[in-house]
Amino acid sequence: MGKARANDTTPTTLVKERDLLRFTTAGSVDDGKSTLIGRMLFDSKQIFQDQMDQLEHSSKLRGEENVNLALLTDGLRAEREQGITIDVAYRYFSTARRKFIIADTPGHEQYTRNMVTGASTADLAIILIDARNGVLTQSRRHGIIASLLGIPHIVVCVNKMDLVDYSRDRFDEIVAEYQAFAQKLNVHDLEFIPVSALVGDNVVNRSEKTPWFDGAPLLQFLETVTISADRNLVDFRFPVQFVVRPHQDFRGFSGQIVSGTIKVGEEIVALPSMQRSRVRSINFYKEELQEAIEGESVIITLEDEIDISRGDMIVRRHNIPEVEHEFEATLAWMDERSGLARETNYILQHTTNRTQAQIDEILYQLDVNTLHRNKVDTLNLNEIGRVKVTTAAPLFFDPYDRNRNTGGFILIDPADFRTVGAGMIRYSSRSTIDELKRDERSRRLEVSQSTEITWDPGLVGPQDRIRRNGHRPFCLWLTGLSGSGKSTLAKEVEKRLFDEGLHVVRLDGDNVRHGLNGDLGFNREDRRENIRRIGHVARLLYDFGHAVLCTFISPYEEERSFVRSLFPEGSFLQVYVRTSLAEAERRDPKGLYKKARAGEIRGFTGVDDPYQEPEQSDLVVDTERLTPEEAVEQVLSLVHDLLK
Amino acid sequence: MATTHGDTTSTGPRERAAGYQRNTLDILESEAIFVIREVAAQFERPVMLFSGGKDSIVMSWLARKAFYPGRIPFPLMHIDTGHNFDETIRYRDWWMEQIEARIIVRSVEDSIKQGRVKEEDGPNPSRNGLQTVTLLDALSEFKFDCALGGARRDEEKARAKERFFSFRDRFGRWDPKNQRPELWNLYNGMKRPGEHLRAFPISNWTELDVWQYIQREEIELPNLYYTHEREIVRRDGVILAIGPYNQPVDGEAAETAWVRFRTIGDMTCTGATESRASSLADIVNEIAATRVTERGGRADDKRSEAAMEDRKKQGYF
Repeated sequence: MGKARANDTTPTTLVKERDLLRFTTAGSVDDGKSTLIGRMLFDSKQIFQDQMDQLEHSSKLRGEENVNLALLTDGLRAEREQGITIDVAYRYFSTARRKFIIADTPGHEQYTRNMVTGASTADLAIILIDARNGVLTQSRRHGIIASLLGIPHIVVCVNKMDLVDYSRDRFDEIVAEYQAFAQKLNVHDLEFIPVSALVGDNVVNRSEKTPWFDGAPLLQFLETVTISADRNLVDFRFPVQFVVRPHQDFRGFSGQIVSGTIKVGEEIVALPSMQRSRVRSINFYKEELQEAIEGESVIITLEDEIDISRGDMIVRRHNIPEVEHEFEATLAWMDERSGLARETNYILQHTTNRTQAQIDEILYQLDVNTLHRNKVDTLNLNEIGRVKVTTAAPLFFDPYDRNRNTGGFILIDPADFRTVGAGMIRYSSRSTIDELKRDERSRRLEVSQSTEITWDPGLVGPQDRIRRNGHRPFCLWLTGLSGSGKSTLAKEVEKRLFDEGLHVVRLDGDNVRHGLNGDLGFNREDRRENIRRIGHVARLLYDFGHAVLCTFISPYEEERSFVRSLFPEGSFLQVYVRTSLAEAERRDPKGLYKKARAGEIRGFTGVDDPYQEPEQSDLVVDTERLTPEEAVEQVLSLVHDLLK
Repeated sequence: MATTHGDTTSTGPRERAAGYQRNTLDILESEAIFVIREVAAQFERPVMLFSGGKDSIVMSWLARKAFYPGRIPFPLMHIDTGHNFDETIRYRDWWMEQIEARIIVRSVEDSIKQGRVKEEDGPNPSRNGLQTVTLLDALSEFKFDCALGGARRDEEKARAKERFFSFRDRFGRWDPKNQRPELWNLYNGMKRPGEHLRAFPISNWTELDVWQYIQREEIELPNLYYTHEREIVRRDGVILAIGPYNQPVDGEAAETAWVRFRTIGDMTCTGATESRASSLADIVNEIAATRVTERGGRADDKRSEAAMEDRKKQGYF
């Protein structure tokens, strides 16, 4: 038999260390989506000669003059005949820097199912807008779906620029309209590129016809966009797939590390048994690794004989996911035969685990064109809604926004086993605000009973204060990672509002923890109490007529909701000051990340305690993309809108 | 027969690039292993199909790595068209020893003898269509409920929409309209009696990925993949090897050329390419520079534009 003929010295032309970018394209056939992909493959010389011959042949048969690049991606015969793409088609190409996997999905409303499927594994979404038509309902729909599925990067290609004379004004107009809309979404990174897929402007090569555009052409952008920061390297989650036991002395748990990292010797907990042990070895084929990271398929052995089987999850002792059988989720319905039925016991598949599940309540159906919430009794094909789910056995999950692999699930029809729904867990129902409120009520009750305190409104009423101060009171709550720039931003805003004559006060994490909350630590309970006290202080200041600025990491959704609940509707504004963990860690103004990484601080947000990204903020300020001045202006304009 | 994989000396910690970067091959390897393990865990009687081609060699190598130090927890199966190159068969038996796997062989020849299928007439009788029957018969003979295959989505248009877990009805047929949506890495392998699934762990690999992986892993391949001198005949733009099942017909001239194969299947329809590539590095360079897809050399796909789609609907891979 021939030897592996690898050991000669012929140089290999391609760079070996290419990484991988998965992206999805959404748009209807009229937007020129298939043409755009065809153009990318063609101009980057990814179309083979026989494919080209076939393409020319097919185009001729259809009586078309030019080679129809769209035919390259329209796969199945039925679709070729109808001239539309009806399923998710995967395409591959690579450049010297990256390999790309394209999930090409149709854009029409009736194919929301396909868009959701394609989006579930994507790092980036390309949304096409026809420059002549501008921002249409479907352009918004694509953005909403990309945001719901947690795609970190969105590139809007304003296509057919050749048909609007490469007009900068037209491009700027579309950009402004889409940006205004995207403020409402949870989108981390939004780029705009003016292109013509048909002619090839700014697809692979920079166009001379858009000298006013100083961004990168599409392919160059795709090659360079940073995706490593999107990975969750904090929360070690290892769903066990298959137990490998070749002989008495080896019992290994095989699986893929879906997030985080693990080292030999680290202390672990197995869920649901909660039994503890340590990692004895991490094996991959004949190698023994010292450490394994997110994305790797390995086999882990433990120091102790504990009972673990498929569907269990191995995690770090000090970083445990939620273990609940009740939670809220966003659910996309995918079945064309029947809608969601509340009496059905669906099979829920989550990580490597399956259990039974019922939908207890449909809170609302989300109109994917407008974000409007509708009251409904069921969800039908292509509809997306917010639901409450109860499972027979508890799930081990993280909120989807934090971890796509432990936050996503599918529903399977128990009769014929078709996949009928796809869900994204938002947070658990049990441990949320209800509990916090109950907790807080009992506290308040205790206090009033023991000292017989009653609330004294005083002789000065709220209207008197407004008249004197010249503005209504409000609370502006800034949440975000340590190092995101909350305090810097708040200080500037405070100065500007003060100069405008507002009665403004600022509560800051560090200051409050010195005195008022000096008795509290950083465990889950103390963090809760910290925010509870701050919330009440802010409310008191509000009652005295002030503009209250609060800057707290406030990593948990339930606490942020709690604080919001203390204020009347329309007088509380939440601003999410966003930055990637990597960037926050790079800034590290107080050296806290370094200490946390070194293990000197425990329970530090972003390192060994989660930050739950807010789902709905009044404003998202991305300090990686905006200058400090721009950030201040955005916050000020939000405040001015409120005071109008 | 010497092997280069048996080397157990390098067990030190793997070199890792700074910043936890992972390259394409690492990502694809991990994904394929995940899918193979899902099949082992979700099905009662899975089987892995083995053709002797480079894709199935890579797939079986991934299975070896997925369960090591355990053995591959399912058998492999070869559907022998009877038109295979001798070397393919010799390689197959040698390779099974290397990866400590068990192989089942079922042959089209037997299906013909049993009257299950009838040989095509004409100068270019392909057994690709016939092997579908042998395959489906073998699946029901052993009550296999999932068959792992080495198909890749970049091979052909109809495959671009294939799932990792591809659902087949009771007749083994693939209905493009009745496939399950696949989200994240959640593969639904549930089925009713009589139904089965096909699973494609290297769906996301391209031809170049496969070759680069073979090079990285130092996998030994049959010599057919490397350049060698061979008697060939040119037919409809495809270079076919001359052998017991394939002789020149009227007007065709036999010639000798330096060729190698990019895919290895049935001798009657697998086209060779003229090449002097004698090492994996040569091949990787050749593939990176090539302008024709690998299936461009397969006579069976050329029969009609939707040839692959039609064969798939009938139960072909």
